[in-house]
Parts: sequence; structure tokens; C-alpha cells
Amino acid sequence: MPPPRTREKALRHRLAELRGPEVQAKALDARALAALAANPGCRRRAILDGAGVDKARLASALGAPSVFGQSQFAFVRGNAFEAKVKADGGTELLRLAHEKLDRSAEPPAGASVPDLTAQGPEGRAARTALALREATGASGTWTLLDHPMLALDVAGSPAFLEPDAVIVHPDGSWSVVEIKSFPMLDGSADPAKVGAAARQAAVYVLALEEVAARLGPPARVRHRILLVCPKDFSNLPTASAVDVRKQRAVTARQLTRLTRIQEIADALPEDVCFSPELPAEQLAAAVESVPATYAPECLSSCELAFHCRERSREAGAVTCLGRPVRAELGGLSTVGEVLAAARGEAGDPEDPAVAALRRAAALRAEALAAREVAGCR
Amino acid sequence: MSLITTLARLEAVSRDRAQPAATVRHRHLSDRPLVFVPLTTAGEAGAPLGALVGTDRDAPRLLVVPQPRDRDLRFAFLAELADVVLPYVDSYGEAVEAAERTETDPETGKRVKVEVELCADAPQLIVPSRAGVELVRLLGRSMRFRRTAEEDPQAPFPAPPRVPLLGRWLTHFGERARVPGSSLLLAMTDVLSRHWATGQSSLEDQHLGALLAWIDPPEGRGGAEAARERELARDADGQLLYPPAGPATDPAFDNKLLAPAIEAYDRARSALAAAEDGVEADARLGELTAAERRVRDLVESRTLPTWRAVWQGLDLLRELPEGAHVAERWTRDRWSYTGHRERVLAGEPPQPRRDDPVTAATKLATREREQARLEAQEALDDPLVMAARRLSGEAFAGEVTDVVMTWTESRRPSPRPLVTVRTDDRPHLAEGARVYRSSNGKPQTAELVAREEDGGVLVLRVLDRMGRGREPEPGSVPEKGERLCFTLFEHEPRGGAKLPDPEETPWTHGGPPGEEPAAEPADPVTEEDIL
Repeated sequence: MPPPRTREKALRHRLAELRGPEVQAKALDARALAALAANPGCRRRAILDGAGVDKARLASALGAPSVFGQSQFAFVRGNAFEAKVKADGGTELLRLAHEKLDRSAEPPAGASVPDLTAQGPEGRAARTALALREATGASGTWTLLDHPMLALDVAGSPAFLEPDAVIVHPDGSWSVVEIKSFPMLDGSADPAKVGAAARQAAVYVLALEEVAARLGPPARVRHRILLVCPKDFSNLPTASAVDVRKQRAVTARQLTRLTRIQEIADALPEDVCFSPELPAEQLAAAVESVPATYAPECLSSCELAFHCRERSREAGAVTCLGRPVRAELGGLSTVGEVLAAARGEAGDPEDPAVAALRRAAALRAEALAAREVAGCR
Repeated sequence: MSLITTLARLEAVSRDRAQPAATVRHRHLSDRPLVFVPLTTAGEAGAPLGALVGTDRDAPRLLVVPQPRDRDLRFAFLAELADVVLPYVDSYGEAVEAAERTETDPETGKRVKVEVELCADAPQLIVPSRAGVELVRLLGRSMRFRRTAEEDPQAPFPAPPRVPLLGRWLTHFGERARVPGSSLLLAMTDVLSRHWATGQSSLEDQHLGALLAWIDPPEGRGGAEAARERELARDADGQLLYPPAGPATDPAFDNKLLAPAIEAYDRARSALAAAEDGVEADARLGELTAAERRVRDLVESRTLPTWRAVWQGLDLLRELPEGAHVAERWTRDRWSYTGHRERVLAGEPPQPRRDDPVTAATKLATREREQARLEAQEALDDPLVMAARRLSGEAFAGEVTDVVMTWTESRRPSPRPLVTVRTDDRPHLAEGARVYRSSNGKPQTAELVAREEDGGVLVLRVLDRMGRGREPEPGSVPEKGERLCFTLFEHEPRGGAKLPDPEETPWTHGGPPGEEPAAEPADPVTEEDIL
């Protein structure tokens, strides 16, 4: 068995091969990392993300382009709102942080906003770590880190993440700030959007914890993040503390499971490559060599979903109709199998799933026949 | 999802066409519904971009906000919307019928019957999708606290006169839509997927175009293929051939078509403002009109397909016969409409931002009761729904094989016939459990006396609805050879214990409400409001 260092290097080399020569790795962002938690069993997504493959380009090359895109209206508004929240040295943002997260501390006045500019993501991450160390040392003051850069080790290669802001409290603890442009109406916001923001923030919390662990006396990363949104129908910021312990635990577990990438990569044939330059048939074969677990939820989180949906439909997989469908059907996993079992053409009548299906089919036929009769009258 | 619906979905996959999930229509459809197809601006949660609205499928009214960030233009849009919606809503207030309602007499404190007027029919609002229902709520919330110049001459940016009233009505529609089985405000995708099972997941059923492609595919095409086309097909410019049903727009449309058109409109407007003389202003006004025209055309091009789809959905639904209990549920909608109309006419303040505890508890209790009622009624109206209940052991159908007359052993014996039923179903029944069947439209109760070993033969004792005499009234006792369907659930669920009157609320639950709460203040207006 080779020493770990070499093994890690070998994996990195292998992933670069999978991505294709001359293809830049697509950095994993917090959104992608959080989405991994949505469908952790998907080996296809794990290896593609792990290797830094641009899934959107891959999907287009496969002839099933993704439909994700951002409207420029949303983009402009999002940026304008963030600028407004952080305006004036972050006075308003720190006021909200004091009010919602840390009321017992000194009210923020004249908080420091260190300059975090540096060359390249590695440089910025180092600069951020330095600023965090200094701010934690300077107790009794508030510090606002605007767009810090954090490095998170994902399956052996670093992913660089850029939270909207990180706040260092007077007691030396750290909080993640997430600025979103969906409104908080009468104190409540769309739960689906809050959930997505919480999952994203949880990734930042994990990354901050890695930085904190490297400090002399480790700093405390708060598990309640500050979610800043426009209030009602205005552009005025309002905020709420969101507990992300659960999302953090889920994401942390998924990230440790991602180490399986080695395993997945080992199971692939030698010549597999996902470079979008390759012809479509060759790419399709390459993608096909890694099993996927498609479910309709993928449509809203994975660029490759339409390709996987086509394949899943061609194979007649019942999961195409939703994950809960699988639960009722026991060991039957394709449309053909289920219908054959329901019609009594196949399947073991002793199997409770088969027996239930036959009863369901008989009852359904009876009810529909009753309608036919009623229709004739 | 029950196994029967799952099976229907799988059949839809193999037959490449949606399969029935209901044999009757479970929602009321008005003869003259008001269809509302709104669009919003991305990122500006709820800021309207335009809408098609109207009761005539051939003549929708197009409303457009050429610059969604402009408050005056938004107000103009809302005022126009009020001009369409409010006369429609009001038109149902004229025809009334006499009805009775139980009220607490303020002097004696007794419950008495009062003659009241109930509107003979009620308005019905139809939006394409569930997101449309949410937008109706949001619009209602944004408008109902607005102040008009008449109400408050000091208010900055007063709202046009009828806008706050529209807000109260839209709030009412949105609130009513949360009551199970109500039909005052319907989302077309929800109603269609209640009645048909497609070969795709319920997530994908949220796309109105794809859903319709499964139910009613174009001539000679398969459902799956047609649905995929509606979902994804784009033209050479990258625009979707079938725009999403909204209210959100496709980002490619925003970036490539809408943004340049709005920019051109802005430029034309500032050019007009900068015009130095009448001749120049005239020319620039022409440019402004043309720029506005362009935005209008874009909005129309994205809403018209959805407008047609909603009407196609209505056509499909009208082909189904109406369920027997639908009219009764619609009566509740009429009560809700009549009640809100009275509150508005009585000058009561708009619905509060947050319900007080008593109102919240009442609403929750109503929704739970209506949910139970809806489940029972749908099963009674529709053999396909009943089939799912039979499969889950909550009902059984079978043939009467024997009837033995017995009587109670009191001084005035009442009939208690023993009915033996043979069934292939597997109800979850213990001895002494109550079961119900529909006898001349009324629920008749029976209890289980004995069950044979294999479970297929049940002996039931009929308990009520046989008249007062010793001999049961003719037709009230099942006969040998008759096929019957018994349910384990009540046909008219009573819901939980009745809540006390508001004045009787115990202190543990906040106590009686204090004096009338002050009218809620309007939202503060800022420079950059979006709605």
C-alpha cells in the first residue's frame, strides 16, 4: 500500500484525467456542495463534482442542456441589496447582528473592516485566515469580513468558498452572514428558500470550523447564522437568526462520504474521460459507466438531470415518478415488471407487494368499469 | 399517494397518455370563471410585470407594467386590475336567496336560528399554477393596508381608490384557497392532477403545458414526447417555444428580450422628459408609445399560451360529470363569499397581518374538519376514490347473503336486523366497530357482530334510520342479493369539540379578546418598494 501522500496525489492525477486534458477544473461552490446533500447516493454526481467537471457544459454536449440560468433582473437586484446592507462600513449589518445574535455584547461602534484583497484564491484564503486570527485576538470589538475566502478540503482537493460576510463578535466567536434578496414578509419567508440558504450557510460554517481549528486556541464558530433579507415590499434590510446545526451535520456527513470518490474512480474503466470536447456518443458512454440514482428532485439541483431523466425513462425505472413510488412496490423497480405483476403475468403471488398490486389493479378496473356502465345509462 | 394512483401513473407511462384518477369532477366550476394569468419580475419577489385577466376566453384584458420598478406604473396596473376584478366580484352580490344561520342572541345568550341572505352564486378565480395562488395572496397582502388620498390626504404615494379593496378581496380568495375542497380560487395544475394521473412525477406536473400534453396530447403524438417538448423545446434564439405558466418568467426571456425592451422604454421616457418644444415632444411621445407597445407585445406573447392552456384545462374538466357533494361544498364557498362581502360593506378593517389566537384556532379547526369531510365525500362520490379506501382497509363492498330480523329487548322493541355480507375486501374491523353505508343519501350505521374465520363473511347489525315503528320502513333494510359498500369512516365527520365563543376563551388561551384592535397601520413607503 503506497503512503497516503502519494495516494492522494494519484487520485488528483486520476481526477484530472477524467476531466480531460487542458480542461480547467470547475471550482465547487457552496451551492454545489449543499446540493450534494440532496442526493448523496448518486455516484455520477459525486465523481463529476469531485473531478471538477463542468456539468452544464457536459449536459449541453450530451444534447440535454440544463435550464439553469439567472435573470439579470434578479442579479442586479441581489447585488444592489447586498451593497445596501454592507454600505457605510457595515453599520446596519452589524446592528442587525448585535440585535439578532448577540444582544448581551457591546453595541457595535466603529467596527473594523479589514482589507482582504490578495492574489488568487489561495492568497485570499490565507489573508482571510490572518484577518480572522487578528480579529479574534482583539477582544471587545466587532469585526466585519466582507467577502472572505475560505478553503474547504473536499475529497482531497481544496474547494474555495466565498460567503457574503463573516462577523467576529467581541467575545471572539464567529458568525456566518448570508444575504438573500427574497423578502421576509411580516417576519416570515418562503421556507424552501430559507432551507436552501441554511444549507449553503452550513457549508460556510464547516469551512470556518476548519480555519478555527488551526488557530492557537481554537475559536468558536456559532451555529446560528444571520440571514439578511429585504423587509416586506421594501429594500430595507431585516434579519433573522437561523439555526443550521442540522444542515451542518448532514453536510459534514456527506462530505466525509465523498471520500468514496477514490472508490468510484477505481471502478471506472481506464480510458473514461468527461471532456466536453469529445463526441456525444463517447461522452454518453463515459457518463453511462458511472451509475446514477435519478429522482425528480434532481431537476431542480443538478445540471445533468435531463440526461439522467431520459436514461431513467428509457430503462423504465419507477423512480422517475418520484421516490415515494418505490416504497410501495417492494422489489419491483421497472414499469414493465410492476404492470406485469399487476396483471398477473409475472411475479410471485406470495410476495406482499405483488398481492397488493393485484388487488389494487382489480379494484381500479372494477371502479372504472362501473363508470363505463354509468356512462351508458 | 395510494397504490391505485401509483398504478394509474405506471399505466400512463405504458400507454403514453394520462389515465383517470377520478371518475367525477370533485371541484365546482363556475359558468363564468375569472381567469388570471399573472407574470412577475425576477428578483423583485412579486413585482408585477403584467397579466391577462378576464371571463371571456376570446377577449382577455392585457395589463402591463412597462417598467416594474416604477411605483406609478405599478399602481396603474393594480388600479386596472381592480377595474376588472371588483366589478366581477360585485356582480355576484345582487342575487340572493334566503337561508338560515345559527347565531348567539346577544340578549339571552341562546343559540337561535336567524333568517339571513345567502348569495345565490359566488365568483371564482382561476390561476394557472400553485405559484399563482401564492401571488394572489402576496398581492392581497401588499394592497390591503394601502391608504388612498381620500382616506389619508397626508399619505405619501397614495394608492388609487379601489386598490385597498382589491387587496382585501384577493386576501380573502388566497385565504379561502387554503381550506380543503374549496373552489373560490383554484390552481389549474392542482385541479387537473387531482383528476388525471400522468406518466411523470408530481413535481413535473406543476408545469401546466406538460400536464396538458399528457392529458390531451396533440393528434397522433404520445404524451411523454409532447410533454417533453412543452417543457424544453426552444427556438433558434434560445427562447422556450412554450413559455412557463408563470408567474416567474424564463431567464433567457428576461435577459434577451425583456431587458432590452425595458431599457428602450426607459430611454424613450427620459428622452421625452428632456424634450424642449412641442414638436420634439410629439415625436418622442411616439417613440415612447412604440417602446411601450414592444413590452406589451412581449408580455402578451408569454401569457397568451398559458391563457389558452387554462381554458383548455377548463374544457377538459367540464367533460367530467360533477360529483354529488360538490354543490354542498360550493355552498360553503358561497357562505364565505357572502360573509366577506358583509364585512366589507359593514366597513370592518382589512384582515390583520397576523391572526389573533382565537381566529387562528378557528381557521385551523375549519381546515381540519373540511379535510375530513372532503376525504369522506370524495370517496362517496367516486368509486375510484372509494377503491383506494377499500384497498387500505377503510371500506368494503360486498353482496348481502342473508338478512335475519331481530329486535331490541325494550318495552317498545326497535328493529335491529342482522345482515350478512360476503366481501373480497379486507377491512380492518374489530367486533363492535361501527360501519356506515349510504341509504337514500343518508348515512346508516351498523356494527360488526361476527366475522367468519377467513374474514370474508361479516355479520352486521343495522342500528338506525329504519323509522320509529316496530317494523322497519320499506327500503331501509338491505335486501338479500343487494350489493353494498360500507365505510369505516363517518360520512359526515363532526370534527373536534366545538370551540368556545370568543368571549368565553379561557385565560390559558389568551383570554377573551380585548377591545376592538386598532386598525393596522399601512406599510411605510420607501423609495425602492417593489409592490
